Amino acid sequence: MKLKTIVMAGTALAFAGGNAAAQELTFVSWGGAYQNSQIKAYAEPYMAANPGVTIIWDESSNEAVAKLRAMNEAGNITWDLVDVVASDAIRLCDEGLAMEIDHDEMLAPAPDGTSASEDFGDLIVSDCYIPQIVYSTTFGYRTDVDEWGGNTPDDICDVFDLEAFPGKRSLEKRPINNMEWALLCDGVAKEDVYDVLETEEGQDRAFAKLDTIKDSVVWWSAGAETPQLLADKEVVIGSTYNGRLFSLIEEQDQPVAMLWDAQVFDLDGWIIPTGLSEERLALVKDFLYFATDTQRLADQAKFISYGPARASSAPLVSTHAELGIEMAPHMPTDPANAQNTFLYNYEWWADYRDDLDAKFQAWLAR
Amino acid sequence: MSDVTSDQVLTTQDGKPLKAALAKALRRERLRSLMLIAPLLIFIMLTFVAPIFDMLFRSVENQIVSETLPRTVVLLEEWDAGSGETPGEDVYQALHYDLMIASEYKRHTQLGTRLNYEKTGISSMFRRTGRRIADFGEVYADQFAALNPAWEDPMTWVNLMASDAWIADQQRWAASQDGPEPTFILSETAVAALPATADIYGAFAEFLQMEEGDSPTDEQPWNAVYAALYEDLADNPQAFSTFSGTNADLLREAVEAVPTFATASMKELFIDAEDGWGDAGNWAVIKTFSPAYTPGYFLSAADAQLTPDGLEMKPENQQIYLFLFYRTLLLSIVITLSCLLLGYPIAYLLAALPLRYSNLLLILVLLPFWTSLLVRTSAWKVLLQQQGVINDVLVWIGLITDAGRLVMINNATGTIIAMTHILLPFMILPLYSVMKTISPTYVRAAKSLGATDWTAFWRVYFPQSVPGIGAGAILVFILAIGYYITPELVGGTSGIFISNRIAFHISSSLNWGLAAALGTLLLVAVLLLFMAYDRIVGIDNVKLG
Repeated sequence: MKLKTIVMAGTALAFAGGNAAAQELTFVSWGGAYQNSQIKAYAEPYMAANPGVTIIWDESSNEAVAKLRAMNEAGNITWDLVDVVASDAIRLCDEGLAMEIDHDEMLAPAPDGTSASEDFGDLIVSDCYIPQIVYSTTFGYRTDVDEWGGNTPDDICDVFDLEAFPGKRSLEKRPINNMEWALLCDGVAKEDVYDVLETEEGQDRAFAKLDTIKDSVVWWSAGAETPQLLADKEVVIGSTYNGRLFSLIEEQDQPVAMLWDAQVFDLDGWIIPTGLSEERLALVKDFLYFATDTQRLADQAKFISYGPARASSAPLVSTHAELGIEMAPHMPTDPANAQNTFLYNYEWWADYRDDLDAKFQAWLAR
Repeated sequence: MSDVTSDQVLTTQDGKPLKAALAKALRRERLRSLMLIAPLLIFIMLTFVAPIFDMLFRSVENQIVSETLPRTVVLLEEWDAGSGETPGEDVYQALHYDLMIASEYKRHTQLGTRLNYEKTGISSMFRRTGRRIADFGEVYADQFAALNPAWEDPMTWVNLMASDAWIADQQRWAASQDGPEPTFILSETAVAALPATADIYGAFAEFLQMEEGDSPTDEQPWNAVYAALYEDLADNPQAFSTFSGTNADLLREAVEAVPTFATASMKELFIDAEDGWGDAGNWAVIKTFSPAYTPGYFLSAADAQLTPDGLEMKPENQQIYLFLFYRTLLLSIVITLSCLLLGYPIAYLLAALPLRYSNLLLILVLLPFWTSLLVRTSAWKVLLQQQGVINDVLVWIGLITDAGRLVMINNATGTIIAMTHILLPFMILPLYSVMKTISPTYVRAAKSLGATDWTAFWRVYFPQSVPGIGAGAILVFILAIGYYITPELVGGTSGIFISNRIAFHISSSLNWGLAAALGTLLLVAVLLLFMAYDRIVGIDNVKLG
């Protein structure tokens, strides 16, 4: 009898211990202001509602695909939820590293009853993907350049116009977006860009257009570089993520303005790694149901100027948590900003990335 | 010793030959020291050497093609890639089965990614076809079901395909629900009479049991199984003869109906789903990369490629790696030389000064060594950029005009300056420790014998410091050649190294095979240079202190 009690107590303890360990979740994100907005809008309210759960953050999103692949090969997945951009989500889904999910079953419907898959709409670009925000890669320019004679760029092609707008530019050190902008400014219609880019001549044409400004370009590989370069007057126009420019302009008060023309929309969102245990998966699902509902997605916009991925969240976007300014006009999806936008073709780039990247790097090195 | 002849072997006191006793004692000694270092040795082997070799091995590994498309690859051997024609219907049929299985396991997209490294467009070809592959055999499934609804019943299939022993086991298991369901076993009759069907049904049952945790007794087979059954029955109208009971009746009925069935050409279905399947070039890539090991990654790393016509260089607008190897070597040599030029006088000063001054100086040398690499690199940005401190000072004193600010960063100059600074301690410390041991009396003696300052330094002091130069140069060069963070941050486009591409392929493009090949080449290059160095300078001449 006594032995049995001890065994039972031991088992109970083991269970309690197991549970306590299972209540710890590891999320992966980008660090910086973006991760902060997720902590404030999702993680803190969730932990307040579920005192037993602790959320640990790992700032590895920029190499999440490689790390998940390595974890998968080692058979030890230590992440529970990973924040990635859409193209990475597609790759993770392709590689079988992300779990396929049923959006309607797993996510909350909109307040008016619209199903989750309808509420997210086209933004569900992969069966494994739960989009959170729409961000854009766009340009910012300094407003105090004397050589411009009072003119300010208002067209994407002004980036390629060294005569009217002399000075250095910063562009991302990869073909994506740059090739499209080059073709757009070389007279290719928006809907034909990818058809043209598929051909050898089209690629040469894009490179030729980029050649016209190559000597005036500083190439960046981290999103923080352009804001820094603009603030240091190293460049006069530069591409980066719109949220970075927002904090440069509104939070740091630099003489910089946005050039929204031909901004390229992209998505950021969650994937669940494959191979989670039942318990951890249940916890992750519980968190996701909470953190991707209409109100939470709108809440994230209080902390960063990225548009919520749900259609039903847009009307709920309010003011910045600290600055108190209206956030809607700073959203890439705001009608005034989204007059001319460019949709980046994920599937096309999945095919052409390797090839064009090799060519782009060779072109850079020449 | 010369007078000790062979019959007068020296022995120890207890009569054993001295030689053997000595060998034994030495062996024991060696064993003991080996055991002492064993934990470290095993640790290094397991955590360092083994993973590196595992990674390097990826540069030739290529099993993914033959593992994902086993049936197709065998049939493709017969196909002539040079003919310019697409393969025959049988290859497409095999591809149908292979891709059906692969798409259930979600492996087709991995294969697409792999082959896309070789030819653009294959990735989406596999992804899109994978979405539709389940419907390719539908026409057969519908006709079998119309012929006899029993074909829709999972149990019909189990009775037809499973061995009697398995059916019995399964029933016993179903009654007890104890543990996992017994692993599905095909019946020998089915394998002999209906080979294609048995093959794909077996794969279907394995997938259900292993991946889904379902039982073949509950699930209707994939449409591809019906297509295989059609193929078997059309090939072998006597198939039913080895079966008995309901199975034989069902098959007899099917054999009679099969000639009237509407058929579907898999080739047409594939080409209809994706034009790429009608392109012999894509098939040539699959065939070229079907062996389990490939030189493909190494060729890519040397800007070459494998085509059905043999080896050729890549188009000029894609050649980059050889150039980057060359630049990495060149810049590393420049960095090593500039480290030597700057480091030698400092080390000399350190060695010559009295101890209390030299200690202070040594701390100054080590201070940046203890600062984060990123901080030091970013500091160089602040100093070197066009609106940076150095340019501002130069403009202020009027050496350059405001419009003519120097470009000192985001190019090779930036890489050289920043890396020289970062690697300088690795040159100074070995130099210093060697110079410390050079006695000042030699130089004094030379001078007292009439040598000028220069002769005394060049003929007497310098030769004694060469081992330090060797050690410092090797350290700096080997560190420089594999550096990637600093070149990435300050190198712009003309200052990046081959390691930046390796990092890119590991963490961004996920082309680990190519990254491994580039890494192997870099390792081999370093080893070769090291051997050459040994030949010329002699590794015995290298001293760390």
